Amino acid sequence: MRVLIPNPLRSYTAEASEVAARGRTLDELATDLDRQYPGLRFRIIDEQGSIRPHIKFFVNRLQVRELAGPVSDDDEVMIVCALSGG
Amino acid sequence: MGQTKGTRDHRVTLLVSTRKGLWLAQGDPARRSWRLTGPQFLGHIVNHCVADPRDGRVVLAAARTGHLGPTVFRSPDRGRTWQEAKQPPAFREGAGRVVDHTFWLTPGHASMPGVWYAGTSPQGLFRSDDGGATWRGVDGFNDHPQRKAWCGGDQDGTPDGPKLHSILVDPRDAQHMYIGMSGGGVFESSDGGADWRPLNRGVRADFLPDPDPEYGHDPHCVRLHPALPERLYQQNHCGIFRIDRPAQRWDEIGAAMPKSVGSIGFPMVLHPRDPDTLWVFPMDGSKVWPRVSPGGKPAVYRSVNGGRSWQRHAKGLPKRHAWLTVKRQAMTADAGDPVGVYFGTTSGEVWASRDEGRSWKCIAAHLPHIYAVETM
Repeated sequence: MRVLIPNPLRSYTAEASEVAARGRTLDELATDLDRQYPGLRFRIIDEQGSIRPHIKFFVNRLQVRELAGPVSDDDEVMIVCALSGG
Repeated sequence: MGQTKGTRDHRVTLLVSTRKGLWLAQGDPARRSWRLTGPQFLGHIVNHCVADPRDGRVVLAAARTGHLGPTVFRSPDRGRTWQEAKQPPAFREGAGRVVDHTFWLTPGHASMPGVWYAGTSPQGLFRSDDGGATWRGVDGFNDHPQRKAWCGGDQDGTPDGPKLHSILVDPRDAQHMYIGMSGGGVFESSDGGADWRPLNRGVRADFLPDPDPEYGHDPHCVRLHPALPERLYQQNHCGIFRIDRPAQRWDEIGAAMPKSVGSIGFPMVLHPRDPDTLWVFPMDGSKVWPRVSPGGKPAVYRSVNGGRSWQRHAKGLPKRHAWLTVKRQAMTADAGDPVGVYFGTTSGEVWASRDEGRSWKCIAAHLPHIYAVETM
């Protein structure tokens, strides 16, 4: 599926703003992203398996708050880093 | 770093960690003029950047951004190029705790090249055996049955969260270590971190109902003297203290500070060779804790007799209306002769002294909020 990568994470994707990844859930998708782009997952998902504050996942433009949320090959997943602090 | 004993020639690079990135300040051999380079990691919150004295080349930086989780970067070439850790400090899955940021970095014992320690917020102790590429928890601390009691909750920490800091490795014995925690106090291990015990007797904890508790203190910065490792000093929330092991009780040495200035502060710096010489940067700890230079008149205080008396040194510093704050990692010394002393402020200035703190010069300004200054 298409995964849209926000600016702060593009150091992991060789500056690509869009990459392809697989998985049946957002959790599996993040694991596949980390396989392709080592280190990426820990920056957006903590060691206890929670989405980090200020990180949001949108599947086909609808926010999904749980990593167990299902995804499929035809979906478009957007990762968003909400602004924080001054 | 090269040094010619008895002269002022001493090449120093300062690693200046800020809330918005990392800068390096390179001094000329006389430490008179400084060249600022950077930023690196612009936009990253860099809590600590430390060079490895064992090889003179490796540098680690603890960083995160406002959005992204905490990580560690490693440079093999004195900060020219960087690579992210493959496995940054993180609590074990199922432990229920999450590393918010890595706060403190300490190279391991001289006999153990590649070993580093990291302290995190909330309080966790981590170790790397491969020069910072991968990290694992020090279970003897992170899973210690007393850890929760020692650390308290989030409300017991600093405004930026509770922190494990001041990781000290005894140069005589790699298994002998100390840590400081805000809050929690000072703790000691004799077995490389497998077990820990409090070392806080004699340290005041005015904010607790028990005047002499076993733990729960707030050491802001703890230092061990490299040439006399049985001696430790600490700048604490409640004053300045010293202990000469094997003593079990700290002595308060801040009482000799002028009453109008007080003995509150965050950083503390030791002379690299003389165990009796140290520097502190007092801050206003009255009433609601403004944490600025008392009266808006910044000064460094130096003791040359182990804290029995203190001398004010303010030559070159602003004489008034300078409400500076210096954080616990933001003051350091080099190994020159005479020793160079340096501090960075939360208002983004770096100040340097090349005469052991007697006179000061601003060598950088307009940087972001400075978290740490270390020498390389």
